[in-house]
Amino acid sequence: MPQVIGIPKEIFPGEKRVATVPDVVEKLRKLGFSVVVEAGAGEGATIGDDAYQAAGATIAPDAASLWSQADILFKVRAPTVEEAGRLREGQTLVSFIWPAQNPELLKQLAAAGATVLAMDSVPRISRAQKLDALSSMANIGGYRAVIEAAHAFGRFFTGQITAAGKVPPAKVFVIGAGVAGLAAIGAASGLGAIVRANDTRPEVADQIKSLGGEFVPVDYVEEGSGVGGYAKVMSEGFQKAQRETFARQAKEVDIIITTALIPGKPAPKLITAEMVQSMKPGSVIVDMAAEQGGNCELTEPGKIVVKHGVIIIGYSDLPSRLPRQSSNLYATNLLRLTEELCKAKDGQVNVNMEDEVIRGATVVKAGEVTWPPPAPKLSAAPPGSTPAKAAAVAPVAAKKGHGHGGGGEPMSAGKTAALFGVAAVLFLLVGAFAPAAFLGHFTVFVLACFIGYMVVWNVTPSLHTPLMSVTNAISSIIIIGALVQVAPPAVAAVAGEGLRPDSLIRTLAVVGIALTAVNMFGGFAVTRRMLAMFRK
Amino acid sequence: MSGSLTSVAYIGATILFILSLGGLSNPETSRRGNLYGMLGMAIAVLATVFGPHVSAAGLGYILAALVVGGGIGLYLARTVQMTQMPELVAFMHSLVGLVATVVGYASYIDPTASAGMSPAEEGIHHVEVYLGVLIGAVTLSGSVIAFGKLSGKIGGKPLLLPARHWLNLALLVGVIVLGQRFLAAGSIDAGLTPLIVMTVLALLFGVHMVMAIGGADMPVVVSMLNSYSGWAAAATGFMLSNDLLIVTGALVGSSGAILSYIMCRAMNRQFLSVIAGGFGGDSAKPKAAGGAAAPAGEVTAVSAQETAELLKEASSVIIVPGYGMAVAQAQHTVYEITKVLREKGKNVRFAIHPVAGRMPGHMNVLLAEAKVPYDIVMEMDEINADFPDTSVAMVIGANDIVNPSAQDDPGSPIAGMPVLEVWKAQTTIVMKRSMASGYAGVDNPLFYKENNRMLFGDAKKMLDEVLAALRA
Repeated sequence: MPQVIGIPKEIFPGEKRVATVPDVVEKLRKLGFSVVVEAGAGEGATIGDDAYQAAGATIAPDAASLWSQADILFKVRAPTVEEAGRLREGQTLVSFIWPAQNPELLKQLAAAGATVLAMDSVPRISRAQKLDALSSMANIGGYRAVIEAAHAFGRFFTGQITAAGKVPPAKVFVIGAGVAGLAAIGAASGLGAIVRANDTRPEVADQIKSLGGEFVPVDYVEEGSGVGGYAKVMSEGFQKAQRETFARQAKEVDIIITTALIPGKPAPKLITAEMVQSMKPGSVIVDMAAEQGGNCELTEPGKIVVKHGVIIIGYSDLPSRLPRQSSNLYATNLLRLTEELCKAKDGQVNVNMEDEVIRGATVVKAGEVTWPPPAPKLSAAPPGSTPAKAAAVAPVAAKKGHGHGGGGEPMSAGKTAALFGVAAVLFLLVGAFAPAAFLGHFTVFVLACFIGYMVVWNVTPSLHTPLMSVTNAISSIIIIGALVQVAPPAVAAVAGEGLRPDSLIRTLAVVGIALTAVNMFGGFAVTRRMLAMFRK
Repeated sequence: MSGSLTSVAYIGATILFILSLGGLSNPETSRRGNLYGMLGMAIAVLATVFGPHVSAAGLGYILAALVVGGGIGLYLARTVQMTQMPELVAFMHSLVGLVATVVGYASYIDPTASAGMSPAEEGIHHVEVYLGVLIGAVTLSGSVIAFGKLSGKIGGKPLLLPARHWLNLALLVGVIVLGQRFLAAGSIDAGLTPLIVMTVLALLFGVHMVMAIGGADMPVVVSMLNSYSGWAAAATGFMLSNDLLIVTGALVGSSGAILSYIMCRAMNRQFLSVIAGGFGGDSAKPKAAGGAAAPAGEVTAVSAQETAELLKEASSVIIVPGYGMAVAQAQHTVYEITKVLREKGKNVRFAIHPVAGRMPGHMNVLLAEAKVPYDIVMEMDEINADFPDTSVAMVIGANDIVNPSAQDDPGSPIAGMPVLEVWKAQTTIVMKRSMASGYAGVDNPLFYKENNRMLFGDAKKMLDEVLAALRA
């Protein structure tokens, strides 16, 4: 009997996301599950019930029947008290839970005897990236933050020279270059703004630059990377230097987007009331940390307010404002989690507490609270490994440069001198002992080696095989050696050396000619065949 | 034809040969280069046949031998599969070696060859004969073994005799001692014995040398034998006092030597250590410190269907072919896939590592055979920087040349070898028959990377399925 996955309609006011989409329904069914969707669940994300039905889901008329049918429930928002009350023993709930902020909820869920997996508690290790819903939602939030800012901002983002005058580009300052911050940097620079960004972790500077932003450092040395790829609380001295930096930026920029969060703690207050006051009228602040108290002192969570002429956007539902996209990505995250839970693809979930990812996500196991999980073993970016890696890569990079020709860096002076020395001794020896006739040939030989060296360096690597077969064909020139031995003009026998064994030599020579002919004709013909194949 | 005319013809032939090699610098001019080579060869042969060294009595023999040999050669050239090119090249090297040996013997037993020479000249002549036969014999037996290995008649595993370096040294000493006795021999008959014994030793040396070299070092071996066949021709030239032979031999010899050097550099290995053989088998090589080298994580396998989906969604694709593609004869399917993807407006390119395959440029020839345009086939240095901007990198039957531990893990046996940085692409798909490690015996952390997908199975069969899914 396959287990039933139930998708209730989100009842949180304003929540437009839904925990699965028709594409994913098909894939869940392939894993062996059957899927039930509450009527109207996809309304907010403009997905009709018929679309779910077409993908093979059945529609439950109301929440009560859905909760009673389903073995596994997929949700977006943490369940309300009413929803949690519907949960019964043996059921599995997968949703955002925020166990640290909602201890009461956690207790209620445990009391129901169910198993609960929190998408916000998935450990941040590389293997779990595909089910990291926080990242996928943060990405959408960062994008939407820029759109909201652009909407509220009374000017263009991009600079323009028009017949009606010059428009300077907007200046955007992004605080915190995590997933959301980086998405905001990318979106803002895509709209043409000048983007600056700051983060306590210096290693993200390159990521900021790669998205078209400019890294604004704080002039204070302190390593800000915590475990799990998050930032940590910084020292007092650092915070002072940071405030000075932000105050300077606030005077200059038009838009500030703040994304600074510290796990399990209220959001740090980075933008003070004075800073807001110093901003130009009509400037915009988007506080993405509003739900955790806000990075700006004047933020009112969930609302847009205007203070000192500055528009402060404190929406806490940015991902939900892009419902189709966020439902899609969230549904895929859930699908990946389901794949992890159901390795056998037989439609039965197995909450394997040995698995690091599943262990981390499980906050209640069959009525028992299992949160918080043991500390993660791996950090997303192990500190200290980066410079070592860079050092290992550097020599390889240094060797690149020009193409196949030229042979890399020049030899060291000592090596060159030694080589010349050896060559000089060799030439001296040859010169001292060899007869004149030999020296003539030797000259030719050495020069030919050099010509060969010069010519072959120019051969493109893609033609190395034809080069080999053509040089092979050319080396059949050895046929001349055999040719001159077949039937040389008669020479008087030299006294004491005996007669020339004509027939033996001729046989050898003829065999030699035949063998080389194979090589000669075959070599040229096959080269021709190969070269004919090279085309644009 | 007089002697001077012959000499002039030889100069012409020499120039044509140089132009021939020069022509290969570019696919556009390469066909003309080959034509120059043929022309030069024709001039050289005709000038010799009608020159002062060949009397009319020999014409019949020469013609008969040329017809028989040429016929066989043309037949081979027409029927050979492009995947078998390495074998054919090795086979042809062995012929050059054999001829060099035969000509050396013939020259030695011909008393008129050294007629009228001063003792010093005769001594040098004998040294030249000796060297010609030596190089010829090593080329011969080495190429025969290389041929056997490449065609699968002999296993690709390196054969490592105990004390093999001492064995080689002993053979070398034997060759020198025999050389002394050969030079000291009073008559031709007396000299023949050391010459024959030396030939046997040289043959053994060639066999032993190539037997000790493993399958993936074959590009170096093939180009090295290419070089030897050139030196054999040059030695024969000295022996016969023929400048054309010397020049041509030197051209071929240096060309092969440069190729060997390029191949060694591409593997970050010393030429000598390749020749000494036995890569990966040395227990002396310390295993990477601790467990750092053992890649952790899990492998994500995909189906051909999913691979096709990934390719459909990609905007740019880089295909990295390796020996596995040659073995599976999958190059035509690869091209069909390329065509389909290019029709969909995707930027598809090929990345060729210098030592991919069993012979320098092997992959290029296979792709050319499948009609892949050469301007989308890139060298490692040209394309390595483009991987970060690539949606999908598809690795077909290659392993060590895409192993990130060459850069990341200083303890790895292949540390420092230049590799194609496929892991920087957004997604990599590796096609392989199993999880077995590559030739170097090094586990490949690429397979465990987050953005890597494995498509297990025979490359040809899988690619056919991918193609079908793409067309569907």
